[in-house]
Amino acid sequence: MADKVLMKGNEAIAEAAILAGCRHYFGYPITPQTEIAAYMAKRMPKIGGTFLQAESEIAAINMVYGAASVGMRVMTSSSSPGVSLKSEGISYMAGSDLPGLIVNVQRGGPGLGGIQPSQSDYFQATKGGGHGDYHLIVIAPDSVQEMADYTVKAFDLADKYRMPVMILADGTMGQMMEPVSLDLDIKPAPEKPWATTGTGCERKHNIINSLSLVPEELEKLNFERFEKYAYIQQNEVMYEEYMMEDAETVIVAFGIAARVSKNAITAARKEGIKVGLIRPITLWPFPTEVISKAADKAKRFISVELSMGQMIEDVKLAVNGKADVELCNRAGGMIPSPEQVLEAIKNGGAK
Amino acid sequence: MEFKRITLLAGHYGSGKTNISVNLAMYLKSTKDKVAVADLDIVNPYFRTKDSIEDFEKAGIKFIGSEYANSNLDIPALPQELYSITDDTSYYAIMDIGGDDRGALALGRYAPAILNENNYDMLFVANFFRPLTRDADSAIEVMKEIEFAGGIPFTGIINNSNLGDETDADAVLGTLDKAKELSEKSGLPIKLTTVNRPLIPQLCDKIPNVFGLDLQNKIR
Repeated sequence: MADKVLMKGNEAIAEAAILAGCRHYFGYPITPQTEIAAYMAKRMPKIGGTFLQAESEIAAINMVYGAASVGMRVMTSSSSPGVSLKSEGISYMAGSDLPGLIVNVQRGGPGLGGIQPSQSDYFQATKGGGHGDYHLIVIAPDSVQEMADYTVKAFDLADKYRMPVMILADGTMGQMMEPVSLDLDIKPAPEKPWATTGTGCERKHNIINSLSLVPEELEKLNFERFEKYAYIQQNEVMYEEYMMEDAETVIVAFGIAARVSKNAITAARKEGIKVGLIRPITLWPFPTEVISKAADKAKRFISVELSMGQMIEDVKLAVNGKADVELCNRAGGMIPSPEQVLEAIKNGGAK
Repeated sequence: MEFKRITLLAGHYGSGKTNISVNLAMYLKSTKDKVAVADLDIVNPYFRTKDSIEDFEKAGIKFIGSEYANSNLDIPALPQELYSITDDTSYYAIMDIGGDDRGALALGRYAPAILNENNYDMLFVANFFRPLTRDADSAIEVMKEIEFAGGIPFTGIINNSNLGDETDADAVLGTLDKAKELSEKSGLPIKLTTVNRPLIPQLCDKIPNVFGLDLQNKIR
């Protein structure tokens, strides 16, 4: 225990990024993720890194694009409205096959919304956000420890697949304080022979670009990128199963909604109700297969979300008509209570 | 345990200031007739003394905080009623200062009156399990920044070292040397060592001025 520290989720992301070798942070403050920027502002100058508060989120994501182009481990972070602003740059990164970490500590929306926790950027994170045919790997932690662990993993995945990776957290994950071990699984960043680091007159120019005016060539790039995505869908899905052995009712929930649901499941089990949880850890690639298999046995599914019901669409696609899929939700910065989830387990959620 | 008329709590954000404020106010109310709590934390609206307002009302403790907190107005405003803390000397007051030097900036406008009356304790809340204050030197760095911003020098230290739910007696005992070093290097006494109340029986013989805290609710 002696090696643990007490951290906010936001601080855990920042420290884990530094431990993973990230020395470039570009961002713009917004509640409830500002501690990431504040932490980086304090730490980066002491370790020879760069913290830069950009003039806007749009500038910050383009600085990420630049640092990624020269092969640096680089990140930015924001909350919902700020991530909307970054979406153009994220699409450019995807189109240029650039690795990088984008953290979204979600708040209630749409528009300026509120500052309380939300999961209503699920569509934005998993279905694009920016324009064009692309995916991000999207990881949803459910504890401060996972905020640290998956930040390291996000950098590894980004470098491995040359693509942007998003940590999709929410206000509770960012603000809550829990003990964390910083004994993380750090691997050295791979060589990046594609980076624009100067030819030394020994090789051809590397070009980082998302512009491709010849449609045949652009189509080819898209097909190649989607072969990569298919490989990721086969190999990088992460999820947790909880009390699923005999479950007749299956809750699907991620992040803070999964923690609330576990409390409800514990209460329901005491009453003899056979209910379990599938917690997607990667929201893209989504754990479609495990949900589809569970639908062969389970009678009904409940998607518990801090939104008007977004992930439920992916749950329905995975269940594919084999069972009922219901919604149990709060929105606008409100969090479902364990009692509300228990009520949905007993008497059904919204269809 | 003796308290000055005004007790100010400041420290790194997440060091436990607000929770200690609530507990100290409840303790003060058991020995003093008129007790007030002032929330100067205009930095972080997520964790605020305001969450405890109902408890204060029940206990007969006067609470002064931003009327805009948790409303639709995103305004870091301080209520005019805060001046009653320095004007009405019949109250014993706890002042919860916002995190870091930025939070302490708000203290500046009350500092002259507090210094003039000279019946205060300015306590630095330290948690050596927090990543940016893991030793005496880094804690002193934060201390200096807060003093510079708030305009009131510290007079004592509260060692609130904890690991949340995973705190046990050994974890607390393991921080005593660091607290002592902080005390020696800063020249300030350790006013209290605060621990979760269930740990008191294991620690009351081993630590002087140990103070039990009732923790506020949190999400599991």
